[in-house]
Amino acid sequence: MVSRVKDERAPDLQGFREVQRLAYACAEAVAARLKPGVTEREAARMQREWLRERGVRDWFHLPFAWFGDRTAFTGFKVPLQFFPTNRRLEPGMPFILDMAPVYKGFTADIGYSGCLGLNPLHDRLLADLEVHRELILREVRERRPLREIYEDVERLMIQQGYANRHRAYPFGVIAHKVDRVAERHWSPTVFGFGTQSLKGILSDAVHGHREGWSPLWSPYRFSDHPPQPGLWAVEPHLGFRGTGAKFEEILVVTDSRDPEQSAFWLDDDLPHVRRWAEERVTA
Amino acid sequence: MSLQNLPGARERRVSTGGIDLCVVELGDATQPTIVLVHGYPDSKEVWTQVARQLAEQWHVVLYDVRGHGRSTAPVPLRGGFTLEKLTDDFLAVVDAVSPDRPVHVVGHDWGSVQAWEFATVSRTEGRIASFTSMSGPSLDHFGHWIKRRMSRPTPRRVGQLLGQGAKSWYVYMLHTPVLPELAWRGPLGKQWPRILERLEKVPPGDYPTPSLPNDAAHGAWLYRDNVRSRLRRPRADAFAHVPVQLITPTGDIFLSEQLYDELDAWVPQLTRRSLPAKHWVPRTRPDQLASWIGEFAAANEEAAQGGVPVRDTSPTGAHADRFGGQLVLVTGAAGGIGRATAFAFAEAGARVVAVDRDAEGASRTAELARLIGAPAAWAETVDVSDEQAMEKLAEKVAAEYGIVDVLVNNAGIGLSGSFLETTAEEWKNVLDVNLWGVIHGCRLFGKQMADRGQGGHIVNTASAAAYQPSRALPAYSTSKAAVLMLSECLRAELAEKSIGVSAICPGIVNTNITATTRFAGADAAEEKRLRRRTSKLYGMRNYPPEKVADAILRAVVRNEAVVPVTPESHAARFVSRLSPGVLRGIARLKPPL
Repeated sequence: MVSRVKDERAPDLQGFREVQRLAYACAEAVAARLKPGVTEREAARMQREWLRERGVRDWFHLPFAWFGDRTAFTGFKVPLQFFPTNRRLEPGMPFILDMAPVYKGFTADIGYSGCLGLNPLHDRLLADLEVHRELILREVRERRPLREIYEDVERLMIQQGYANRHRAYPFGVIAHKVDRVAERHWSPTVFGFGTQSLKGILSDAVHGHREGWSPLWSPYRFSDHPPQPGLWAVEPHLGFRGTGAKFEEILVVTDSRDPEQSAFWLDDDLPHVRRWAEERVTA
Repeated sequence: MSLQNLPGARERRVSTGGIDLCVVELGDATQPTIVLVHGYPDSKEVWTQVARQLAEQWHVVLYDVRGHGRSTAPVPLRGGFTLEKLTDDFLAVVDAVSPDRPVHVVGHDWGSVQAWEFATVSRTEGRIASFTSMSGPSLDHFGHWIKRRMSRPTPRRVGQLLGQGAKSWYVYMLHTPVLPELAWRGPLGKQWPRILERLEKVPPGDYPTPSLPNDAAHGAWLYRDNVRSRLRRPRADAFAHVPVQLITPTGDIFLSEQLYDELDAWVPQLTRRSLPAKHWVPRTRPDQLASWIGEFAAANEEAAQGGVPVRDTSPTGAHADRFGGQLVLVTGAAGGIGRATAFAFAEAGARVVAVDRDAEGASRTAELARLIGAPAAWAETVDVSDEQAMEKLAEKVAAEYGIVDVLVNNAGIGLSGSFLETTAEEWKNVLDVNLWGVIHGCRLFGKQMADRGQGGHIVNTASAAAYQPSRALPAYSTSKAAVLMLSECLRAELAEKSIGVSAICPGIVNTNITATTRFAGADAAEEKRLRRRTSKLYGMRNYPPEKVADAILRAVVRNEAVVPVTPESHAARFVSRLSPGVLRGIARLKPPL
C-alpha cells in the first residue's frame, strides 16, 4: 500500500533507499571477500573503493571496520579508537562493517555484522537484535520521548544479558538524523566525517536547539523530546564479553497521525531482516 | 589386592625381564584403555576410588610397579629400577592389556616421573594416546630447570631453587644407605597411615596396604637409580610426543608450582589444571581427578578416532586451569553480579547451575553461559528464602548434576528507609532472602560438600554495608552484617574439611538491585522517584558487575576470607578497622536522595 505520506516523500525516500541498498550491497560484497589475515584497514579500504567505483564521492563518515573484541568496543575510551587498525581477522571472529556514503545527494549510514565462519554466540546476538528493531519502531510510533525509548532499549539489552555498546559512541547516541547533502565537486572529510554532512548536522543542532529538539538521539536531557520528523540512522549495538553485533538503518519519522505512517523503517529488504525471516522459516 | 573394593576387577600376571608384575583390569575391555601408574611409597591401591569411577566408561588398568605391592622385586635391587627398565615394564603391560590401540597413561608422583619417560622416549611412540601427570615432573625437565637457574641466577630464580631444594629434603634422605629401609620397616612404616591422615587428610580405607614397609624400602631405589644421573645429565630431547594434561595440586609440600613454568617448551599440546589440595590427590580428590582424566582422554580419543589432530578447545577464561569441569551453583543469577559471576565461571570452563526466582532470566543466563564456554549449564527457578524449595533444589542438583564444587550465595534484595519506618514484614522479607537464603544455601550445599569430603568453596555475597553502618539501610545492613559473620564462622568450621568460605563485599555496583529496592515509608510515587534517583547515582558510579565476578573467582582461587571490591568498599573496611568512630559519624549523614 502506498500511503499519502510515502507518496509525498516518495522521490526523496527512493533516493535514500537506493543509497542504503548500495551500502548494504557493498557490505555484503566486502564481507564475502574477507579472509583470515585481512586487516581492519584493508577491509575499510575495500569498502571505500567498492563505493567509489559506483559513484560515491562524499561521505557522512568514511567506512569503518571492527574485528574481534573490537566489535564490542572493548576498552574504547577515545574517538580515535573507532578508526580501523591493523587487527587481523581470524577464523570464527566477528566483524562489523560500518559505512555512510552520500550518493546523488542522499545519505545512508549502515552497519553490517558478520562472522568469519561459525560463531554460535554471534548468531545469538544477531538474532536478539530483532526485538530491538521492533521495540524502537513501536515506541517511536507511540511518540514516546526519545530518551525514554533509549532507556527501554538499554533495559532490554541488560535483560538479554548484554551491555549497551552504543553508550561508547560520541554522546552515547543510538541514532542521529540524516538528510540530503548538497553535491559539491570537492567534499573533504574532517576526522573521517564529510564536511557537508557535518554542516547539515550542525545546522540541525542549531535549529533544534531553538525548537527544543536534537539531531542526536542520546540518553541525555537534550533528547528528552518526542521523535522529530525526518530520517534517523538508528544503530542499536549489543556487546557481550568481547563479541559485538549491531545493525544500522534508516527509520523514517513523519508527522502523520496514522500510527503506521508516523514511523516506518525505510526498507525491509535488508540482510539482517532477511536473515531473521529465514530463521523463522527454519524454526 | 583388596579386590573387594573394586567390583569386577580381574587380576593377571605379566612377566618381563625376570619380573612378575601384578596387573588388575576393570571395566569393559573393548573400551579404550586408561593405565594408572602409582607413586612412592604407594601401590596400585592408591587409585582405587579413581579407578572405580573411570571403569564406568573405560577399560582401566592398574599395576604394581616392580618391587611394590604384589609384583616381584629385581635382584639385585641396585640398578633394577632405572627408567629404562620401568619403561620395559610399562610396554609389557600395555602389550598385554591393549595390544591393538594406544593407551591413556595417568601417573601420580613417581608414577608420573616414569610416565614422563614413557611420553618422551621414541620407543613408546604410537603406544600412548595421552598422558595425565600429577605431582611428578620429568627428571630431565627438572634437570634443565635446575641448570637454567644455576647458570643465570636472578634473586627470583635463586629463591625458586632454594624453595624447591628445601621441599626435596626427603630425596636427600632417601639417598643415604640402609637408614630409609630401617625407618620404613620400623617406626615410620607403622606411623605412616596416621601421618597421612593428619598431614594430608587422606581418609582411612584400603590404603596404605600392609605391603607399605616393603614397597617403601624397595622404592628408595627409584631415587637412587635415577635422580642423580638424570639431574646431572638430563636428556636434551625430552619432548612429549603425546598431548599432556598437567594437574598441579597447589598445596603440594614436595613440589613447587614453579617447576612447571617452562613446560610449554617441552610439550606441544599442554592442558594445565590446578587443584587446591595437597600431595595425595588420588585419595583426597578422586571425583575431580576421574572427571578430568576421563574428559581429557575422551577429547584425545575422539580426535584419534576422527583421524584429525587434537584441536585445543580448552576454555580460555581467567582461572580456566582451576575451574574447568567443576560444578558451580550461583543464586540470583538472572542479572547483575550473579549473572556476571555465572558467565565468568562459564568462561573458565565450569558447569553452571543458574538459580533465580526469575525463570526467564535464569534460563537466559544458562543459555549464554553455554555459548561462552560452559560445557553444560542449567537454569533452576527457586526462591532462596523458601526452605523446602531449596531442599528440593539441593536434592535435584546432587542427583542430576553432581555435588557442587563452588557455591555462590548471591541472591539478595535491597531495602532502604529508616528503622522506625521499616515494618516488621519488610524486616522479615529482607532477612528471609538476604540471610535465610544464604543459610539455606550453606546448610544444604555445604553439607553435601562436607559429606563428600573432597573440598569445595562457598562464596557469600555480603556488602560494604556489612561494616559501614547507615541510617538509610538498617535492615539491609543488618542482613549483610549477619552474612559476613556467618561466613567467617562457617569458614572456621569448614576449614578442616578443606572447604573455603569467602564473603564478598562489593560496594556500589551498577546492577538492577536499585531498580527493585523497597523504600520503607515511601508511597508508590516517591518510591519510583527514589528508585530512579538511586539507579541514576549507581549508574553514574558505573562500577561493572563483571569486576565483582572477577573478584569472586580470585577469592575462590586464593581462598580469601573477606573481599572488599570497589575502592569505597576497601576504604570503608580500612576505616572500620582503624577508626570505627569515623564510620559512625558518616552513618548519621542523610543520603543525597
